Amino acid sequence: MKRKKIIGTILFHVFVAGIGFIMVYPLIWMFFSSFKASDRVLSTVGQLIPTEWHLSNYRNGWAGFGGTTFATFFKNSFIVTFLSVLGNIIGSSMAAYGFSRIRFAGRRFWFLMMMITMMVPSQVLMVPQYIIFHGLHWVDTFLPLVVPEWGGRAFFIFLIMQFIQGIPRELDEAAEIDGCGKIRLFTNVMVPLIVPAIATSAIFAFYWKWDDFMGSLLYLNAPKNYTVAIALKLFTDPTAVSDYGAMFAMCVLSLVPVIVLFLLTQRYIVDGIATSGLKG
Amino acid sequence: MKSTLSVTMRRRRRKENLIGYFFIGPWLICFLAFTAVPFVTSFFLSLTEYDMLSAPKFVGLKNYVRMFTSDKLFRQSLGVTFQFVFISIPLRLLFALIVALILNRDSKAIPLYRVVYYLPSILGGSVAVSVMWRYVFSKSGVLNTALQAIGINSMISWISNKDTALWSIILLFIWQFGSPMLIFLSGLKQIPKSYYEAAQVDGAGAVKKFFYITLPLLTPIIFFNLVMQMIGGFMVFSQAMIITDGGPMNRTLMYALYLYRQSFAYYKMGYGCALAWVLMIIIGAFTALVFKSSSAWVFYENSMNDGSSGAKKKHRTGKKAVRA
Repeated sequence: MKRKKIIGTILFHVFVAGIGFIMVYPLIWMFFSSFKASDRVLSTVGQLIPTEWHLSNYRNGWAGFGGTTFATFFKNSFIVTFLSVLGNIIGSSMAAYGFSRIRFAGRRFWFLMMMITMMVPSQVLMVPQYIIFHGLHWVDTFLPLVVPEWGGRAFFIFLIMQFIQGIPRELDEAAEIDGCGKIRLFTNVMVPLIVPAIATSAIFAFYWKWDDFMGSLLYLNAPKNYTVAIALKLFTDPTAVSDYGAMFAMCVLSLVPVIVLFLLTQRYIVDGIATSGLKG
Repeated sequence: MKSTLSVTMRRRRRKENLIGYFFIGPWLICFLAFTAVPFVTSFFLSLTEYDMLSAPKFVGLKNYVRMFTSDKLFRQSLGVTFQFVFISIPLRLLFALIVALILNRDSKAIPLYRVVYYLPSILGGSVAVSVMWRYVFSKSGVLNTALQAIGINSMISWISNKDTALWSIILLFIWQFGSPMLIFLSGLKQIPKSYYEAAQVDGAGAVKKFFYITLPLLTPIIFFNLVMQMIGGFMVFSQAMIITDGGPMNRTLMYALYLYRQSFAYYKMGYGCALAWVLMIIIGAFTALVFKSSSAWVFYENSMNDGSSGAKKKHRTGKKAVRA
């Protein structure tokens, strides 16, 4: 009986680890390919570990195109992502607090509106938004990518609202009796308590913005303004690419911020998704 | 006396309103400027011909009529998208469920496995992974090399063959089953052990336990996942653009990609808006259909703690949040 159990456990681990390995194999393959000599990337697919390690792929890739290096693209991506995440968490937590703790006229109506926005496909808004941003002369700046984020996203607002539900109202009341106004109550009492929900929102806001391809595709025209997502798309264009080593090198680099953030926060995120049903 | 009281009350209420709008202010401004106004504008533009250079020309329902009567690519892209959604989403959920069932046991290695299985979901939306996918499924790519190693000689390029191209994108989506898997996994953890013990006493085997306990209790989570994933599936864009660019022979021309081309490559913005409205109606119709069908197959059990019914819980707390 005990022996049967051990065999079962071994089978389980072999199976699960095997499937896991197949799943991440393409990523591992891409990682090693980024160190192969460029002309050998596609001719030595079967051989995972490179015979010679070519760090020059990273140097060549970093040079970018059209006189703009990946240093610029990364800098742009970090600026856009940072400002978006910051705005998103400020806007989302403010709205979440307003909706869940303040009784103002029209609260239900606006809450309903917010829930409805989750169902509207972005494609419906795409053209008119473009016309608005074009009219504001915001095209080819970061503004169309950043400014709308400052209102927060319905998804995060809802997430934080659920979190606020768990905080006893007596706490608010006690603070108010002590003469604490709503605004100070929010900044000094509520915000420290909802940090976990804000952090979850921030992490997902980061992932989505860092990977956002559509926004960059629509609004950024000059290479000096490109984010990594759009730069990588042009850099790896199948009709133009010849330096496969450099192509994979930049692909790998573009994933580094996401992977680092994921590894730092994985416990938290993996558990968070499990409980809140966030999509990734 | 009475009137002074109502004056202070009114004043207090006004203050409360002011503070309320202060807090939802950023959201409200962005909502009005970037969602509400574009939403209405989009509908009016869908009734026009507009290229951004000259003023919109009102054409009534012409865009919609054209779509359904003479636009072959519209039908093609709709077909491709339906095929994509109705193959990849059920398969993704099926994989997520199977892996969740396998991982639902006690072992020190489970957190590691969860991370490994979840990693593709985190990276899947990136340009880099789409680029990588291109070379996994190319003629001398990873897949063909692996097939060769086990003795299958495959010389086709999966992404430029018209019969397989869509499947390479479908596979990319199944590959990202991590987040529904995690949701299933937490759902499984919520099922009380006593149910299984009782079934054991009654002599139920593993298969019976699955179909009579596990599956019914997971239906609310399956429902929630189905709705979320389906909505996302209809809007797939960047992968189709980067991996195959709609080709070969428009076999991977996803609806969102076609819509983008009409709007921003050919500058037929009125037509693009009309396409977007049709997309929204399709998504709305399918979501409503799933909701309607849910009473027949989604099982809610009141005695269980709320955590197991993800979709319902969200719905309910959402309402509660505003009422409270």
